[in-house]
Amino acid sequence: MSVLVYVENWEGSFKKASYEAVSYAAQLAQQKGEDCIAITTEASDDVSVLANYGATKVYHIKGETFKAFNNQIFASLINDVANEMNATTIVVSNTNNGKNMAPMIAIKSDAALITNVLDLPVSLSPLTIKRKVFSNKAFVHYSTQASKVVLAITPNSFGVNESKTEAQVEDKAMNAASSGLSSISIDKATGKIPLPEAELVISGGRGLKGPENWNMIEDLASAIGAGTACSKPVADMGWRPHSEHVGQTGLAINPELYIAIGISGAIQHLAGVSASKNIVVINSDAEAPFFKAADYGIVGDAFEVVPKLIAAIKKYKAAN
Amino acid sequence: MKILVCISHVPDTTSKITFRNENKEFEDGGVTFVINPYDEFCLTKAMMLKESNGATVTVLNVGPASTEPTLRKALAIGADDAVRIDAEAKDSFFVAKQIASHIDNTGYDMVFLGRESFDYNGGAVPGMVAELTNTSFVNACIGLELNGTEATLVREIDGGKETLQSSLPIIVAGQKGLVEEKDLRIPSMRGIMMARKKALNVVPAIDSENKMAVEFFELPVAKAACKMISPDNVEELVELLHKEAKVI
Ligand SMILES: Cc1cc2nc3c(=O)[nH]c(=O)nc-3n(C[C@H](O)[C@H](O)[C@H](O)COP(=O)(O)OP(=O)(O)OC[C@H]3O[C@@H](n4cnc5c(N)ncnc54)[C@H](O)[C@@H]3O)c2cc1C
Repeated sequence: MSVLVYVENWEGSFKKASYEAVSYAAQLAQQKGEDCIAITTEASDDVSVLANYGATKVYHIKGETFKAFNNQIFASLINDVANEMNATTIVVSNTNNGKNMAPMIAIKSDAALITNVLDLPVSLSPLTIKRKVFSNKAFVHYSTQASKVVLAITPNSFGVNESKTEAQVEDKAMNAASSGLSSISIDKATGKIPLPEAELVISGGRGLKGPENWNMIEDLASAIGAGTACSKPVADMGWRPHSEHVGQTGLAINPELYIAIGISGAIQHLAGVSASKNIVVINSDAEAPFFKAADYGIVGDAFEVVPKLIAAIKKYKAAN
Repeated sequence: MKILVCISHVPDTTSKITFRNENKEFEDGGVTFVINPYDEFCLTKAMMLKESNGATVTVLNVGPASTEPTLRKALAIGADDAVRIDAEAKDSFFVAKQIASHIDNTGYDMVFLGRESFDYNGGAVPGMVAELTNTSFVNACIGLELNGTEATLVREIDGGKETLQSSLPIIVAGQKGLVEEKDLRIPSMRGIMMARKKALNVVPAIDSENKMAVEFFELPVAKAACKMISPDNVEELVELLHKEAKVI
């Protein structure tokens, strides 16, 4: 038996989430005393780097049909490889594509599915995993007796863990399934850090008064290399694009640092951001509920505090 | 055209979450339940398609009798009829099996489900239903246009969006963007009156295993008190972010 990890790449390149998924699968395989088999599709990066994170075998799947993601084709591929390799644990990233295909893989392989996984199992028999429920308000310990399991690992949660192996690296051809879906076009925001993978995030709320005041949010973000986010009303009023909306009805994120500026901290907002490892709140109202969920707080007018903060960060960066 | 909208019955987003029976069960006493917000976007989209293209809209929930007010609310918003599959919704696999069996028996041109349910946040049922019924599936759908039996769909991807095409039937996991927030329908007085007379069919569940069991629930540990920093001393924050939080 083995642990199979599907390693996502973006236009051929690996990202932190890719190495995180391998790190997770390798540690799980070690706990179980099994091999960790990593597969990726049509990568342009050197696939042998996956051995640096503990994969014991690496297969590079080649084929025209595997150049772009299609849920049916990729779910079939992963299930086929899992069957061929006798893998009873399948690991994917809990990214958009991962979430999309994980339930399909689970049905194809008659496996139990656990999404939003943050950490290694708390027990192996029965397999028990702790994960968030009720939009960050609680955790559940799920167990399963199923003989196969699909795990979707939340990016930015487990971390990257280097442990070099002498992995065997091979190209592999696989047959592609057919799909009723065809891709017409892909539209990507360029030059920005996509929110789900941003390790640092600067977020603005209604307290910023209008879209014209977002320069200071972007300046602060670029001073520390952060992504930008916003509260729901800000996206609803069209001040910022919907792709920046975080919270219960938007994206759920868990960056290393979340700086909330002019956001009150409504429970639905917290649902999407309270898993951030460090939260800074800047708000003119000392009673704003967000301070209860924060690690660091400044009571003050954003229009005074943020420019000072940008200057202080620039000064600090210049000195270090 | 026949459209199915699956409705999950979830605690209102402001609910305080507590557990009973040695933390093995969710305490639903005193909790207000609502239509899962993602499902509301789906239902509104279905109503718009009904108006523009002509369709019957059925809403479905897998749950005990206590979920019926939520189905009635969906009828009041404008769905034509409702189906309740009579069982505790134990895990996503069990629920997906029930929905898939209903779809196989009835046949739909389009099936909408919310991208994720606000209680267990698994995001698993839509893709499972698609696979069980062998139907094309678009997850995290933020746009849909219909031209005869051809659908053009937009889905969210990491850092952007992708436009896809498919013939019907199709299974769509919807969210905000499928329709805009301001277009969401709420029940009118007339709608509420009419909903009382609409059919709500209760059907037995099919046999299915559960793949997951809840061992217990746990509440997060409370955060340590927030460190307050003077607005006149932002340098202290920079210092803390560097030395203590180690993020910059
Ligand atoms: C079903 C449902 C789902 C929802 N989902 C989400 C979601 O996903 N995400 C989300 O964000 N919200 C969501 N909401 C809305 C949520 O309840 C709040 O209304 C929203 O988060 C408030 O946004 P805000 O904090 O930007 O605005 P406000 O609540 O208006 O807060 C503005 C804050 O700015 C502060 N402020 C004002 N001026 C200044 C200044 N000069 N300097 C510094 N601070 C200042 C104020 O003190 C205040 O705290 C949802 C609501 C419902 C009912």
